[in-house]
Parts: sequence; C-alpha cells; structure tokens
Amino acid sequence: MSDITKKRPPAVQILIFGVLALWMILAAFPFLWTLWGSFKVEGDFFSKADWFYALSGTLTQNETGSSFTADGYEGAWIKEEFWRAALNSVLVCIFVVTISLTFGTLGGYALARSTYRYAFWFLIAALIFRAMPPITLVSGYLPVFFGWNLWGHLATCIIVLVAINQPFTLWMLHSFFKNIPQDLDESAMVDGCTRFQAFRHVIIPVMWPGVITTGLFSFLLAYNDFAVTAMILSKENQTMVPKIASFLGTTQTKGNVMFAVAAVVSATAPLFVMVMVFQRQIVSGLTAGAVKG
Amino acid sequence: MFLKTIITAATVALSTSAAFAACTIDSGRLNIIGNEFPAIQTVAKNATSCEGIEAEANLTADHQKINLAGMQGNPAEYTSAILANSSIVALINEDVLRPLDDLVAKHGQDIPKHQLITVDGKVMAVAFMANAQHLVYRGDILEKIGVEPPKTYEELLAAAKMIREQGIIENPVGGAYQAGWNLAQEFVNMYLGHGGEFYKPGTAEVAINNEKGVATLNMMKALSEYMNPDFLTHDSNATSAEWEAGNVALMNMWGSRTGRLMDAEGSTPEVYNNTKVSAPMTVGGGNHPASTLWWDGWTVAKNISDKDAEATFLAMKHGTSSAILNDETMGQAVWMIDGYKPAPVNAGVFSAIDMQTTPYPMLPYQGLLHTVLGDNIADFMQGKESAEQTLSDIEAAYTAAAREKGYLK
Amino acid sequence: MKHKAFFLFVLPSSVAMLLFIFFPIISVVVQSFYVSHEQVIVTVENCGPFGCKQATAIDQEATAALREAEPLGKFAGLATYRDRNHLAVDAVGSAWEKADNWRDFGAQMLNLPFYKALGFTLTFTFVVTPLVIIFGFVIAVAVNSAASAIRGPLIFFSLLPMMITPLIGSLILFWMVDARGIIGSALQYLAGNPDLSVKASTPLMWIMLMVYGVWHAAPFAFIVYYAGLQTVNKDTLEASRIDGANRWEQIRYVIIPHLLPLTTFIALMQLMDNFRVFEPIVSFAANAHATSLSWAIYNDLGGETRQLSSAAATSVLTIIGVAILLSPVLVRTWRDFGRK
Repeated sequence: MSDITKKRPPAVQILIFGVLALWMILAAFPFLWTLWGSFKVEGDFFSKADWFYALSGTLTQNETGSSFTADGYEGAWIKEEFWRAALNSVLVCIFVVTISLTFGTLGGYALARSTYRYAFWFLIAALIFRAMPPITLVSGYLPVFFGWNLWGHLATCIIVLVAINQPFTLWMLHSFFKNIPQDLDESAMVDGCTRFQAFRHVIIPVMWPGVITTGLFSFLLAYNDFAVTAMILSKENQTMVPKIASFLGTTQTKGNVMFAVAAVVSATAPLFVMVMVFQRQIVSGLTAGAVKG
Repeated sequence: MFLKTIITAATVALSTSAAFAACTIDSGRLNIIGNEFPAIQTVAKNATSCEGIEAEANLTADHQKINLAGMQGNPAEYTSAILANSSIVALINEDVLRPLDDLVAKHGQDIPKHQLITVDGKVMAVAFMANAQHLVYRGDILEKIGVEPPKTYEELLAAAKMIREQGIIENPVGGAYQAGWNLAQEFVNMYLGHGGEFYKPGTAEVAINNEKGVATLNMMKALSEYMNPDFLTHDSNATSAEWEAGNVALMNMWGSRTGRLMDAEGSTPEVYNNTKVSAPMTVGGGNHPASTLWWDGWTVAKNISDKDAEATFLAMKHGTSSAILNDETMGQAVWMIDGYKPAPVNAGVFSAIDMQTTPYPMLPYQGLLHTVLGDNIADFMQGKESAEQTLSDIEAAYTAAAREKGYLK
Repeated sequence: MKHKAFFLFVLPSSVAMLLFIFFPIISVVVQSFYVSHEQVIVTVENCGPFGCKQATAIDQEATAALREAEPLGKFAGLATYRDRNHLAVDAVGSAWEKADNWRDFGAQMLNLPFYKALGFTLTFTFVVTPLVIIFGFVIAVAVNSAASAIRGPLIFFSLLPMMITPLIGSLILFWMVDARGIIGSALQYLAGNPDLSVKASTPLMWIMLMVYGVWHAAPFAFIVYYAGLQTVNKDTLEASRIDGANRWEQIRYVIIPHLLPLTTFIALMQLMDNFRVFEPIVSFAANAHATSLSWAIYNDLGGETRQLSSAAATSVLTIIGVAILLSPVLVRTWRDFGRK
C-alpha cells in the first residue's frame, strides 16, 4: 500500500490524521488515565473532592509520603496472589481459542460452501441460539452442573464458553470463507483431493486473516467473560475478571479497589504483546492466495 | 440492652476459660458459600482451619445466585451457607436447610440462646453478627450551626436547611438511595418508622398503598432535596466516598461501614476526627426508629450426610467462637460472640438494638416486595409521577410477581 | 457440498450448541409456561437475637406433596406472558380505552415495566448499531492508510475500549462523568452550567449510555473491517484507479461492496448485542433512568426471591424480539444464499 501513500493529497492526509488522532484520544484516554491512577491511592483515583487530586496525588502524598505508590500492584500480585488467576486465564484462553477455532473453521467452511437450504437454516438457528441472554443460560446450567458435580472446574467453563461463542465464531468465519473464491478448493477437488484435504491444504493456508481475527474475538471473550466465569468457577479456579470483581466486592474494603485497578492495568499488558504479534500476521498473511487465486 | 449485658457478662466469664483451643474434627466435609465482606472472611478462615476435615469456602458477592443451586443437589456442594435475615428466607422456602435442633442438643449447648434463629420452633441458623442503619454526623458542622445531633428525620431536615443556608455545604444529606435494593431498603426503614404494616395480617396481600406509604415517600423526597442530585446512583460505597470527601454532614448509614469512615485512610483529619455516630432516627412523631435490625448467621445444608452435617456444625461453631476475636477482627463487625468488646464506633448499632428497632421482616414474600419497591420508587423520586401512582404501581407489580410464585391466587 | 461431508464438518459445533444452548433454551421455554405451586402459608413464631415475632412461613410438608406431584410447578399457559410485569395485556387494554390521546396512551404504556424496558432497548439498538458500523468503518480505513510501522500500536489502542473489563472500565467512566469528575467538569464548563449532572438527568443518562455503547463496540466493527480490508483485491483497486476513479469512488465502488458480507455480519451481531444491552445499565447504576429487557431478567434472577418463570418469559420475549429485529437482514442473507 506504500504506493498509495505516496500519491495521497495533503487534504486526505490531514483528514486521516485527524480521524486517527481523535480516535486515539477517545480510545486510549480512559486507559492512560487508569494507568496513571493505578499508582495513586483510592482517595485520589476516585477523587470526590476535586478531580485535580488525581493528577497531583495529594492524598497519596499524605498517606504514603510520595506522589506515586505501587501498593495496588503489590497487593494484587503478592498479597492476593493474582498470578494464580492469571494462570487460570491463560489456560482458559488457550483452550477456548483452540477449540472454538477448530470447531468454527470446520463448521464455518461447510456452511459457506453448502448450497443446500438447510445450511441457511443452520445459520439462522445458530443466530437464534445467540439471542439467548447469557444470564438466563447460566442460571439454567447451575442446577445441572451442581447435580452432576461438574461445577467449579476449568474444563466445564471452557466448554461452556466455546459453546456460547460458537454461533458468533460460525457466523464470522462463514463470512470470511465466503470471501475466499470457490474455484480454489473446487479445483483442488477436481485434482483428486477429498473435501477435507482441499480444506486442509488449500483453504487453511489462505484463511489466516479471518481466523486470526475470529481467534482474537474468542480470546477477548474468554479473557473478559464475567457472566459465566463468575458463576461456575470455584475460588481456586477463578480467572482474572472474577478475581478483579472479588477485589471490588459489594463492600469495597479499603485499598482493595486499587488492587482491582492495578490488576486491570497489568491484565492489558499481554494483550499488547499479542496484538503486536498478530497484527503482523494479519498484514503479512494478506494473502497472496486468497485474492489472486 | 439485653445483648450488651449478655456480652459483657460473658466476656468476664470466658476470659479465664480455655476457649482458644485449636479445632480438630474426626472427619467430614465443609464447604461454605457466603458474601465476601471482612467479617465473613474471618469466620470462613477460622472455620476452614479446622483439622481433620475437607474444608473449602466460596465467598463472593454473587453468593445469592449460587447458593440455592449449590444446596439443591444431593449431596449438596455447599454444606453451609452464610446468610442474613433477608436472604435466609429464599433457602427456607425451597427447603434446603437442615433444622439444627439435634446438633445444638449434641454439640451446641454452649451456644448462647440469643444467637439461635428459630422458625416455628426449629433452629434454622446461628447468628454471629448484628447490623443496622443509624445516624452518622459531622460533629464540627453541627457545632457550627449550634444544633444537637438530630433524633428525628424532621430535626435532620431542619439541620440540613441551616447547613445549606449558612453556606457550609450545599447538599449536606447523604444516603444510599441508589435505585434498586438500596432505595427499597430506605423505603422499608421509613415505612416501619411511620408504623406501617407491609401486608394484611397473616396473608401475602400487600398493604402499602395508604397514608403512611405516601408520608414515607414524601419524607424520602424531602430528604433527597438536600442530597447530591445524583443520589439515585449512590449505593453505600458511593455514599461513603462522598462522606470521606467531606461533601456530606448527615446521613443514615450501615453500622458495619462506620469503622471505615472513622479511620485515617482515604480522608482528611477534619472529616474523620469529626465523624460521629448516633442512634437511628424516628419519623413522623412515631417512637419506633426508621431503621431495621439485621443479623448474619450460618446454616447447615439439608442434602448432606449426617457426618458432614456434624463436621460442618462443629467447624462453623469454631469459626464463630470467641477464638476468632483479636485486635484485627474485633472492629470488623458488631459480633454477637462472647468476648466481643464494643467500640465507640458500634454505638449506633447498640442504640438501634436498645430502641427495639424492628428486625427486617423474615417473610417468604418480602424479597419480592423489596425488588418491586426498588424498581418503582425512582419514578416518584424524580418527580415523574405522584406518590399514589407509585404505590399503586408497586401493588400491581408485586401482585403479579406473588401470583407467579404462588403466594397469591 | 455433499450431505455427509457437511454433516461431519458441522458436527462438533452442533453438539456443543445443542448441549449448552439448545437444551437450556427448551427448558427455559417450558419454564415460562409454568408458575410455582400455590404455597401453603402458615403463621409461625420466629425468634432471633432481637426477640420473637409472629410471622408467616411456607408449610414445607404440605408443599412437599405438591412438589412431588408436579415437579415443574403449575401449568399456567401464557399467564406469565400476559401479566402486568410482561406484556400486560389487560393494562394495555384499559390504557387504550381510558387514554384521551396518543400522548396519554404512550405515558401509560411507559409506566409498565416491559414497555419501559422495550422503549429504551429499541432506542439504544437503533441509535448505536448504525453508529458503530460507521465509526468502525471510518477508523478501519484510517488505520489501514497509516504507515505500517505504527499500525500495531494503533490496533492495540483501538481495541482498548472493548478490552478493559467493563467492571473497571465503567467504574472509571462512571467516576469521570460524575459532576466532579474530569468529563463531568468539562461538560459543565462547555455547557456553562455548574449544576449540570449527567447522572441526575434521564435524557443525559440515555445519551451517555449510547455514547458508551458506541465507544465500547466500535473496536469490534473496526477490527472486522480492518481484516476485511486486507483481502480487498488490489488488482481491482488498481484497475479502477487506471479507469480514473478518485479516492471516494474507489471506496464507494470497490471497497464497500467488498465489505458488504462483513457489514451484514456486523449488523447482525450488533443488533443482537445491543438488543441485549445490560452491562452499562448495571455499571452506571442507570436503572432509575433506563431499563432494558436483559436488565429485567437480571433483576428477576438477582433478587432475594428469584422469579424464574418471569425471567424465562422475558428471555423468550427477548429471543422473539431479536428474531423480528433481524428478519430484514435475514431475508437479505436468504437471497444471497439463493444466488450462490
């Protein structure tokens, strides 16, 4: 795309820059504010007296003797052992993403290639499934999980998250697969491949942008889910978000709110790494094959 | 006064005895489900420390969504639920709690009688802490305007008016008026203060659409005139934060929260040194405080083996024995445990007990009414509809909900 | 594609969805047709630390027999759907007869919990969905035009609104829009009104919830579009440029048609998610000003006494609502399908 960049007139250049700058402020400001505030005490972070305290750290100075404090981080990671929750989150994310994508690419591919009406109705059914509010689903699971002793385990949580996310994954991958020209796999099948071989050798190599994007959403879902994880994981299997919620609690014990803030800030770090890795994948995977084929 | 007397008497009696023995139980299983505030953390920590049993605890703000399902299985996942007088009803309704009479007879002779919660003569729970809402005020500000701490809501309104007119604080009254559970709780307080009855006697038919209901709503609205305009979004946490920021001089607040307001963290000395507590207020010339008394207690699940029930009983008994009290835990709650020494910060709750404040109603259908109150009062508070309209909406919504749950035909 | 191959390909997904979504939906639908048994209530004496009191309780023995006989409860047909807390058939009927004009009728309808929730839910859905699509597209095009060296950080920051758990994200924003928070203060300054408070005003609360909705969901549309832009056929783009298409025409005639299937997808997902709007209402404590259908379910399940049938009925109504809402998009997909 570099050739396009060169030819871009200044007016367009300024417009693009303006849009990006505005969006960056909107998107990043609350996060940067949180990052800054995570080194303050609660009285400053949620300053009811004057919002300027959050910048100057007046109470932080009074209570800790300096304008910055790492108490929140120390409390979360060392005292409350947030790393356990982080570890659980890693497990849940890896499994949810892998299983979701495996199920989803198979299903999504079939749905994009089938010309029969039932494929359409399958998609519609998946959509209707997704319309169900998760709270209702989870409260329906509880008696069964408790009854069959499935409650509290990471495996249960993983499979539930995969299932709940399946309609989304199917739809998304189905949309992406439809963008991949049919002749690609059909010519492979003419050459003697079975359907699965065509899928594996021809489609998989060109579908990365779609799969990675879908994977990103599966990841975000598993990483950020609260409705399911809070209700069906036992204390020792808790992932990060319910753990953060437990810092907050209903009665917000002093200092614990800042544990939550520090934990949230730390939880975004791996995402940063991940995005850096995958944006390369998206851009470079772009497809020599998918488009020209 | 009786609770305090019992407590002080017991302190003397027990200080010499060997109440601090470690806890060992032969075998069995303990799994606690409960809320997550510090006092319950302490209880769970001590109960699960018992040796010889498999012990776990799940303390979470979502406990009410899990506890029923977690006790309905057979065997139940949770062998004990920690509950309050409002939340125990949902579990009694579904018959998942074990009557404790036999276990009390066998192992619990030393549990003081006043801690036992009985329903229809059967012991269903053992209470370990008390709570109530009462007046919290800023001593320095009341001194400045030259009034005594208010004893009635009418006096509170007069004081608030003076504080505003003298330009000390623009919105001097605080309160947990967040639409939903908190707002409903304030209605319950104020309605009881007006001497109201929620139901026609002996039935589930709601009876709040009357003059007392209207007076209750009007008083709540009058108070809200002196509150931060965002009051419908302020829960107890937000109200406490307002207090610590020095934006509020008078409020009706939970006794369990006052410790946090009076400590040196999160506020300036001007605020925390002048934070004082007092008895709950009365309203409309009534002599009953416009507040409710609460207890928190533990229960034992029905669908577990006798051995597990026995182990649970013993462990929970240990978790709420005087062995758990030390300098750190003493201030976490108004404990009903022998050996507890009340601090000045707890004076509000003790006054509430002395004044014979009504306990929060332990009725099968009170939870429905509470939810409905929380959904409907906000419209009135915002001036969107009349008090009569709000009360009749509440009646209609409650009736529909109670029909669905089988309380009304 | 052959039937057998299709079946094998979709098998894993189907099993997962059947077990964890389809069966629960069936049980919810069944539940919504039943209500609890009539409760046998007796007067008892309850004692506790604060003395004894006459109260009522459920007679467990009498109720146990009823439970045994009909484990699902009492069959009620559509009674739960028709009652005042849901479709309120009778109340709507009487409002229709009594109301003098449309305005009056509307006001009476909005006093009923279901229609009040529906009002906000629909407004939210129809305002937020198009805005998310437009913003997402604009951002995607802008990021795609940026130098590739800074795209990584751009993508990361763009994802943040969706990434930070709403638990904390909304807590922070909730403080920021407070009358004394940084955004709240800025708004007061801009409006020149020192008493302005977002949290105290219904219209401002609605606007804030929608702004939050767009802010929170725009990254979703952005990332889907961004991935889609990577697959735009460069030859076609080149050809259109040689034919003299300007930048706007390239977007209009090459990129937008290429992204159309993705737009259908985003629209479907966003319509559905926005129709189920719930988290911001709880996090912003906005329920005094705005309620939604999902919030109503949460409220039924979260109270001290859980109203399962009521929650089930609202859930079924939500699904029906989503189906109606999506039907235009579905008809389009159906036609696309035929064309293949």
